[in-house]
Amino acid sequence: MSALAISGALEAGLLFSLVALGVYLSFRVLNFPDLTVDGSFPLGAAATAVAIVNGMNPFLATVVGMFAGGAAGLVSGILNVRFRILNLLAGILTMVALYSINLRVMGRPNISLYGETTIFTPFETLLDFGIWTNCVVLLVIALAMKFLVDWFLSTQIGLALRASGENPVMARAQSVGNARMTMIGITLSNALVGLAGSLFAQSQGVADVSMGIGTIVTGLAALIIGETLLGSIKVAWATLGCLIGAVLYRFFIAAALNAGFLGIEAQDLNLVTAVVVAVAVVLSQARRNSRFRLWPALRRAFAAPQPQKG
Amino acid sequence: MLSVCDAYVTFNPGTPLAVPALRGVDLDIEAGEFVTVIGTNGAGKSTLLSAVAGDVRLDRGGIYIDGHDVTAWPTEQRAAMIGRVFQEPRAGTCSSLTVEENLALAASRGGRRGLRTALGRGSQRRRLADQVARLGMGLEDRLGALAGTLSGGQRQALSLLMATLLPMKILILDEHTAALDPGAAATVLDLSAEITGEQRLTTLMVTHSMRNSLDFGTRTIMMNAGRILLDIHGDKRKDYDVPDLLDLFKKTTGSAVEDDQLVLA
Repeated sequence: MSALAISGALEAGLLFSLVALGVYLSFRVLNFPDLTVDGSFPLGAAATAVAIVNGMNPFLATVVGMFAGGAAGLVSGILNVRFRILNLLAGILTMVALYSINLRVMGRPNISLYGETTIFTPFETLLDFGIWTNCVVLLVIALAMKFLVDWFLSTQIGLALRASGENPVMARAQSVGNARMTMIGITLSNALVGLAGSLFAQSQGVADVSMGIGTIVTGLAALIIGETLLGSIKVAWATLGCLIGAVLYRFFIAAALNAGFLGIEAQDLNLVTAVVVAVAVVLSQARRNSRFRLWPALRRAFAAPQPQKG
Repeated sequence: MLSVCDAYVTFNPGTPLAVPALRGVDLDIEAGEFVTVIGTNGAGKSTLLSAVAGDVRLDRGGIYIDGHDVTAWPTEQRAAMIGRVFQEPRAGTCSSLTVEENLALAASRGGRRGLRTALGRGSQRRRLADQVARLGMGLEDRLGALAGTLSGGQRQALSLLMATLLPMKILILDEHTAALDPGAAATVLDLSAEITGEQRLTTLMVTHSMRNSLDFGTRTIMMNAGRILLDIHGDKRKDYDVPDLLDLFKKTTGSAVEDDQLVLA
């Protein structure tokens, strides 16, 4: 694999680690299978691209993309909580609507950012790492977002959010408004995805209305790979898993494309992603089930006498 | 402190499966009273508690807590005034949060939750640890353990502490020892009596045991078919024994109690 292919995989991996963090918030923390992602990713890209083309500062334009993604998430949240639409369907509805909205935002199917000043432009002279510049910038952003999510989930609101996702009955009894938590969580999740889309458009030099297809599955693949490697119980490990999982996943894909493995070509990517996710889910379930039977036996065999069980 | 006025609840109204669960319940509880609620299956005990907590909406009637008309309040709003322990140990705590995080969540009940660190500063954390130590369950050494790894008794004790951590108006115990083995049940029940006595908490406890309904608390209510059948309080309560309750039940309803668990437990 060439250095260019490696840096490209790393770049894409770090970008999708933001999607994975968002998917972690919705699927895992909130227990809300949110499919808005496929629409909020290109929305973030579209909003940023339009803003940049119209001369906005790229940093500000990135924030605009992030807010646009968050707004899309809020719509799904409201559809689910206020209008009691099934969470899966609420996300799908927003996603479908966003396809039209993204076309409206851009005014055409795609916008080229070639030659425009992006968030990466100042660092090209500042850092001067050649083809690795974008990777470094994205690594800093991905790590910052990871720590931001870690911190948020340790605050009072974050704790309420986690409780609400896992045990809504208990959360309510502790005066947690589950509806509010769902809306906050889905908004933040899609803001992360919008940020990913915004950065993706800037690193690839184009925002395209169809760039969102399969985003959710890629995010899930990254999340599940990370969980398999690092476990999912502690927040800090799960979020680190999102980063590592996303990067590894893009490396698998790059390697598969590179080696011409099974004759896989670029157009097969979504099929490969779906298969990888399906296999990973089946494997992680098998692992969990076998652990369930194994664990008590191990504990009985090795544990010291338990202090005062009652 | 708590008034339930003419409360009616019907599940699945307007369908062939319609079940009247509460049929005109009137109940006034003074501050500091510990009321045990007993009755056969389907008598409406748990529905009454759920109606007070806000999980079940009344078809008719009203609920007043400390002078506030809370009839239209959602559960999470009432939770500022109500501490609650559920029957199922897993229901009252969050498995994927640590013991300390569960307590921290309870410590912010009824307040505005913001972006402050949930676990708080050292002094707050030590105070919580001291409270946990008082349970006598060894949980103070396991503050960092996930609640999902605790035994049923430990989880109910933790739930009880979470429910009573902050000053509140009413403590609701919904058969909170029914899912435990006898030893753990006795421990948790004694702990409940100790905590409620110490803080003079106004308490509503549903129990499936006639024995417990007379041994604990200051007042006993027996429900049947969605109504309050008996209300025993004051000095005469001391003279009652389980057979007296059974007799009274038979005299009032014209049929004997046919719930073995109720009689034998």
